[in-house]
Amino acid sequence: MSAPAPTDPTGPAPGHGGWRGRLGPADGEDDAEGLTAGTTVGSRRLLARLLRPFRRALAVLVAVVLVENVARLAIPYLVKEGIDAGIPPIRERDDLAPLLGIVAVVLLATLLQAVARHRFLVLQGQVGQRVLFEVRRRVFRHFQALSPAFHDEYTSGRVVSRQTSDVDAIYEMLESGFDGLVTAALTLLGTAGILLYLDVELGLVALACGPALALLTNWFRKASARSYRVTREKVALVIVHFVESMGGIRAVQAFRREPRNEEIFDDVNDQYRAANLVAFRLVSLFMPGIRLVGNVTIAVVLLYGGYLAHEGQVTVGVLAAFLLYLRQFFEPMMEISQFYNTFQSASAALEKLAGVLDQRPGVPEPERPAALDRARGQVRFEHVAFGYVPGRPVLPDLDLDVPAGQTVALVGTTGAGKTTLAKLATRFYDPTGGRVLLDGVDLRDLASETLRSHVVMVTQENYLFSGTVADNIRFGRPEATTEEVVEAARAVGAHKFVSALPEGYDTDVANRGGRLSAGQRQLVAFARAFLADPAVLILDEATSSLDVPSERLVQQALRTVLADRTAVIIAHRLSTVEVADRVLVMEHGRVVEDGSPAELVGRSGGRYAGLHRAWADSLA
Amino acid sequence: MSSVRTTAPSAPGPDPQVAPPADVRSLWRLRGYLRPYLGSLTLMLVAALGGVALSIGIPLVTRAIIDGPVTAGDLSALLPLCGLALALGVLEAVLVWARRWVQSGAVLGLETTLRHDLYARLQALPMAFHTRWQSGQLLSRATTDLSAIRRFSGFGLLFLLTNAVQLVATTAVLLHLYWPLGLVVAAASVPIVWLSMRFEKRYVVVSRAVQDEQGDLATLAEEGAVGIRVVKSFGRAEHVSRQYEQAAGRLLETSLTKVRLAARFWTFLGVIPNLAVVVVLALGAVGVGRGTLTPGELVAFITLMLSLVWPVSSLGVILAMSQEAMTAAARILEIFDTEPDIVGGTRVLERPRGHLRFEGVGFAFPDAPQEPVLRDLDLEVRPGETVALVGATGSGKTLLTALVPRLWDVTSGRVTLDGVDVRELRLENLRALVATAFEEPTLFSMSARENLTLGRSDATDAEVAQALEVAQAGFVHDLPYGLDTRIGEQGMALSGGQRQRLALARAVLARPAVLVLDDTLSALDVHTERLVEDALRRVLGATTGLVVAHRASTVLLADRVALLADGRVTHVGTHHELLETVPAYRELLAADAGTPEDVPA
Repeated sequence: MSAPAPTDPTGPAPGHGGWRGRLGPADGEDDAEGLTAGTTVGSRRLLARLLRPFRRALAVLVAVVLVENVARLAIPYLVKEGIDAGIPPIRERDDLAPLLGIVAVVLLATLLQAVARHRFLVLQGQVGQRVLFEVRRRVFRHFQALSPAFHDEYTSGRVVSRQTSDVDAIYEMLESGFDGLVTAALTLLGTAGILLYLDVELGLVALACGPALALLTNWFRKASARSYRVTREKVALVIVHFVESMGGIRAVQAFRREPRNEEIFDDVNDQYRAANLVAFRLVSLFMPGIRLVGNVTIAVVLLYGGYLAHEGQVTVGVLAAFLLYLRQFFEPMMEISQFYNTFQSASAALEKLAGVLDQRPGVPEPERPAALDRARGQVRFEHVAFGYVPGRPVLPDLDLDVPAGQTVALVGTTGAGKTTLAKLATRFYDPTGGRVLLDGVDLRDLASETLRSHVVMVTQENYLFSGTVADNIRFGRPEATTEEVVEAARAVGAHKFVSALPEGYDTDVANRGGRLSAGQRQLVAFARAFLADPAVLILDEATSSLDVPSERLVQQALRTVLADRTAVIIAHRLSTVEVADRVLVMEHGRVVEDGSPAELVGRSGGRYAGLHRAWADSLA
Repeated sequence: MSSVRTTAPSAPGPDPQVAPPADVRSLWRLRGYLRPYLGSLTLMLVAALGGVALSIGIPLVTRAIIDGPVTAGDLSALLPLCGLALALGVLEAVLVWARRWVQSGAVLGLETTLRHDLYARLQALPMAFHTRWQSGQLLSRATTDLSAIRRFSGFGLLFLLTNAVQLVATTAVLLHLYWPLGLVVAAASVPIVWLSMRFEKRYVVVSRAVQDEQGDLATLAEEGAVGIRVVKSFGRAEHVSRQYEQAAGRLLETSLTKVRLAARFWTFLGVIPNLAVVVVLALGAVGVGRGTLTPGELVAFITLMLSLVWPVSSLGVILAMSQEAMTAAARILEIFDTEPDIVGGTRVLERPRGHLRFEGVGFAFPDAPQEPVLRDLDLEVRPGETVALVGATGSGKTLLTALVPRLWDVTSGRVTLDGVDVRELRLENLRALVATAFEEPTLFSMSARENLTLGRSDATDAEVAQALEVAQAGFVHDLPYGLDTRIGEQGMALSGGQRQRLALARAVLARPAVLVLDDTLSALDVHTERLVEDALRRVLGATTGLVVAHRASTVLLADRVALLADGRVTHVGTHHELLETVPAYRELLAADAGTPEDVPA
């Protein structure tokens, strides 16, 4: 590679060179992972698993492709027969019968090949598309089954690229790879056999090109595997930079970032060009290389065959057949270069998908789920321990009992473990020690559907799905009537702005919420949670992007909505805490204060009292 | 109630949802990009035409060998003829090499230049454009569409030409060799060309349907990934999975239609030349038997005819490729044709004081001109003064701040800086004078330093450290590689509060004449917020500030407060004045919500 390495280990000078920064020793590219030449165990196993239901179709496919290739390979042989056996009778006694017989066979072979070809293409397409459907189905469901912890780490970008570009890579292989490989293999073997059958001596001369072909192909395979990997890395750089520039265009323009961005883009764009150039030039050596071997072989066959024909040892028909066969012999070799990269990327894609499918959900479904039809909403933490990284506990040993119907507010600095507690209560994670109970049942014994119908969390991350506002409010309870949707919206104070939208509740929120402001999206998310009517509602910073009047509306709603259900509220703003029956002040994963808001405010020297005073001051 | 909306979109520029019509003109308009490579293209064409000549020449040498040394017994000619065949064969390989080698450099250069220009243009297009186009749609233009153009200009265009030449030349040679057979071949190519054209039309329709459905599926995959926590929270995995499967099922059906269509076509393309071989063999053998054709001619004939199979059958592929390239060109031109409507003026403020005025400002989004967000708004921020913007959700506070650096342009009235309309200032100058810390901070997958020095790439480490100090973002120094640590999506994950503090440091570092803070502290806890505010107070003491505030504590950073309602500034005054005299303001900020006497139990 002539392009400069993107990461400068010596520490970059400000402004130049090291714009990418450093990440760590394992600074590998996502696309490069598991990308070794040839197939690996995981990808092969996955492919076998996917193809298993199509065993019969595949058997037919193989039969059809054999018929097709036999018919195709027979044609030059029949041409030879036509010349050698069909012409003399005409010459001698103008007897057309032998020739017509042969022509009839050629016609038959041609039609047979056409029919087989058609069958093959349809079957291959059907199997391929069904396999793709199955891959898509499985991967999507599997991603849905994996825990939020997995998603946190894996990032949505990679989840999407697994389901788009990797599936596309498999599609490419199924579409062209199988045909190419099978046809190429059959052609190589079949042609070699027929050549030897036609004339051993001339056949051996023709096949003497074998080692040259093998050497050339082997060199190309290795070189293109290397260059392919570099190309993938470089294109990933281009894509990341492009997407981030466009996604963050507001900051780019506001800070006059355009020239510097252009500089960086030129750099990655040119690295990509250079990598592609290497790959293209490999092909531009390989293809004519094969052509050269082929043409030299043809010239040698002409020379030696011509001599043999002159000596009467082979017929003109055999010589013609040789020339026709040799044409067919080299073409699939050149095609190999076309689909070799296809195989490689499909193999890498399969490997990554296999890796995902092998991930066991971090929060597995219980084998025998406990029944809990109507939850009262009592939440208990018993000696719960949890840490994201082994050796660094976030919650060392937590005991907590939230009686049904109580509203608890969690207060504390960032990193105190409030959100972690919420995530354990919703079973986004499982505790590493102790247990979390809902109405006395361990969460791990509840089917996720049961759990989710009783415990719902609303976070700051107010994601809206494409569809109408009503669809989004109805998300947790699809059978809800329009009246119920409106009622839920009214309850959280969202009705006013929703009905002011161009098409009211039927307004499409396309483009991830489009013109809805962060606060408005949050209100929709609230309505969604209220409509779902859970026994336990967890609000993690759910009101932080609301303005004060909206927040007040939500709080009013909270008083009524939370009246008959358990709630855990996490908030920076202490105003939110006022609705709670009970306040827990957390620090380093432990509850350090526990009491009613009034009680804690009054506690002299207490942390909550201190926070409250600071907050009250800020209002002055 | 809101009036009935007209469905006709009145937004300027192309609609990302509508595919542009593909025609040759779009491709032709990109011809300028080929100019630097005219030499290369000529060379490629010459090499390709040379290849055509050789593909005709080699079978003719074969004929000479069969009819000469083999049949006529003239062995002395064998060696030179074979030498000729060898020379032609080597020459052919060299020509293929030369064509591909030159082609690689040329088409990649072309692609890279186009991608550069596309990127540069996109960066220059205003927010009005970018809010309507998702980055995914732009990316597919920068990757898929550019590859289509690259493939066409390197491969499609060349072979469209050479295949046509080969078709005509070979047919001529065939007619010359033995006209009855030549006619058979010529006749066979007519239905192929006709069918190729028809097939290509239908294929384009189905292919586009497949593409659209793939796009829909990708959208669902993205929603399933980005919204996973919501899906989990409500236990709706089954629902979204079924939705996805339905879309995948639709795609399956359309793809199967495509498969059937393609299978029929490819089979047809394969069978026609083979049928021609049958006819040629029958008639040719009779011709040889009756002495009207030599054996060598027959072999040459069949070889030549088979050499036509690829040029003819690839016609469909090449036509599809051209179609693709035309669509791609049209899609790229859509962007090139969108003129950046926010362009800078010519004036430069040498010594800015930071006197900001909004004079009768009105604003409506381009696709909703009937529903102005701001109307006839007046506001003055004197040099060195800090004004807080307070208003209900959706009252247009953020938008108002975006008008200053011209991320959006006013639709009426004007914004002036030191008395000069911002539209008269050079854009670089204006945006150097104004820096914004956004509520949702954008971080790029680059080093922390690169992210911080966004607005001032020449900042020294000391200045960076100072800005980090103001924003309480000292955590950057504790990252594994300090300022060189990669952050952003592809780097170290940072919390919302950390990201906001970086965005704040970034804005402070730009040392603007006007500093805009768009609710920058919302994700900070009370303690950090207070520290940041103390530091900010010092910074704002020296510059003009515009602060979007939701909380009383942030409002207190400002000297005066402007209350926004119904797209206007209804009141301006100090926090305490407004608290006392304006009930609406009191409702927004008074007790920061939730005191018992405010909220009926």
